[in-house]
Amino acid sequence: MNEQPIYWKSRSLTRVPFSLYSDQQTADDEQDRIYRGATWNYLCLEVELPAPGNYRTTFIGETPVVVVKDNGNEIYAFENRCSHRGALIALEKSGKVENFQCVYHAWNYNRQGDLIGVAFEKGVKGQGGMSTSFCKNDHGPRKLLVSVYCGLVFGSFSEGVPPIDEYLGPEICTRLERVMNKPVKVIGRFTQALPNNWKLYFENVKDSYHASLLHLFFTTFELNRLSQKGGVIVDETGGHHVSYSMIDSAAADESYKEQGLRSDDSRYRLKDPSVLAGFKEYDDGITLQILSVFPGFVLQQIQNCLAVRQILPKGVEHTELNWTYIGYKDDTPEQHNVRLKQLNLVGPAGFISMEDGAVGGFVQRGIAGARDLDAVVEMGGEGTGSSEGRATETSVRGFWKAYRSHMEAST
Amino acid sequence: MIDLISLCTFNASYVHTIDSDALEQWPAFFTKKCTYRITNYENERDKLPSGIVFADSRAMLEDRIAALRKANIYERHRYRHIVGIPLVKSFKDNELVACTSFIVVRIMHTGESTLFVTGEYLDRFENIDGQLLLSERIAVCDSTVIDTLLVLPL
Repeated sequence: MNEQPIYWKSRSLTRVPFSLYSDQQTADDEQDRIYRGATWNYLCLEVELPAPGNYRTTFIGETPVVVVKDNGNEIYAFENRCSHRGALIALEKSGKVENFQCVYHAWNYNRQGDLIGVAFEKGVKGQGGMSTSFCKNDHGPRKLLVSVYCGLVFGSFSEGVPPIDEYLGPEICTRLERVMNKPVKVIGRFTQALPNNWKLYFENVKDSYHASLLHLFFTTFELNRLSQKGGVIVDETGGHHVSYSMIDSAAADESYKEQGLRSDDSRYRLKDPSVLAGFKEYDDGITLQILSVFPGFVLQQIQNCLAVRQILPKGVEHTELNWTYIGYKDDTPEQHNVRLKQLNLVGPAGFISMEDGAVGGFVQRGIAGARDLDAVVEMGGEGTGSSEGRATETSVRGFWKAYRSHMEAST
Repeated sequence: MIDLISLCTFNASYVHTIDSDALEQWPAFFTKKCTYRITNYENERDKLPSGIVFADSRAMLEDRIAALRKANIYERHRYRHIVGIPLVKSFKDNELVACTSFIVVRIMHTGESTLFVTGEYLDRFENIDGQLLLSERIAVCDSTVIDTLLVLPL
């Protein structure tokens, strides 16, 4: 058992050491044990690699990777690092290639990440060249396992990772399939730079307790009353979750008024409510489903706003949040327009999500002098099980359960 | 006839309205039915239509301001816009198409000034009864990255 440098005061998941959000050693260990460990990391949408040779560059944790479609429509992924001197192999965010060539010394890689060419391998006019013992097969960037699930491409550096459906568990799979049930198309991409450790944002995604308290827009328009029908599903490992709700306009929610909470303002009405106009997306009546996959993937349905979010650490106190807005390929022009307007709700300027870009920074700054103290994660008890109500932090505790099992696993 | 001085004056007044926190007056720079969208260079290049802000009426712009005054939570900050000279692309039937560069510095209440965004306004102006109004303004940010959040308009 490897000792963690940060001291957890007990096995309980209700107290989280603040130092986990600011400790460099922890961040380094996370790269080894989580991102290059037995996890599946979202790389891109399958639709973003339409033809052989199409590639995208992204990251698993801080490690740059290339994901590319080869002939035969197989998707491969490998570290974006030339095996010669370590330079990036692909510089663009996306493109189309026959082979990859490192710009530094023109070493060549095929679309499966195999080293296939070394410039001047035999030397020039009998001079120089690689030693005869050098074998290209022994040199190449690290390759990833790739799984495509419901149009989502995941990669893993670990041979020990379970198959993707096993990793997700049956309940998460069902909820993922619910949204990714037919071909999608990308309708926009935006990146949000968050001034906080990646875990603070991932916890925020899983925290169904804050939604109607921090985001007034939700509450006022009855998109997310805690008394609505809905719940939280946490998978067996704790790392993945689904939070969902259904609109129940008949249900009066007195609990906000009783407590005099800031987030109830019944006088607030929109001048142009067409921003919220929508259509029935699915037959089950669920209007909100937030799904997360450990360690950094989110699939979002908020009414008709569909998006995937990729959470990437950028140093200890910075995070990059990549939003990919999607619709379905068979959307009518009217449905397409509904999505464009409703997207005002989400993203870096979203009526109900902009606050999430800032609260992580409030915590990061707030805990600057509190290395020996802990966050309290006790809403809804101590457990990590699924829950009918949404006034709970069960999925946040679930995250820490999964986090600890990766970070404290024997190697 | 819409002349360059009128356009420059319009833009100076537009950014002054935002930068001086007179945000309630900001929607009045647009026609009643209008397009206002904030996107980035890569989405425009790839013809991806969504924005982080997307409005197709002046009322939606008024709602944006109402939301930031009454609903949204963010740290107090303001902008300083610097706008370039409009480049007029076309002018016919009282409708003028122009593009104008902008730079926005964000000043946090804590005293930190940072370059928040640079980009280009892609504009469609109309002269309505002698008054210049935007029927379309697409703010195309040069960078794909927005720091923390965007709540005040560009």
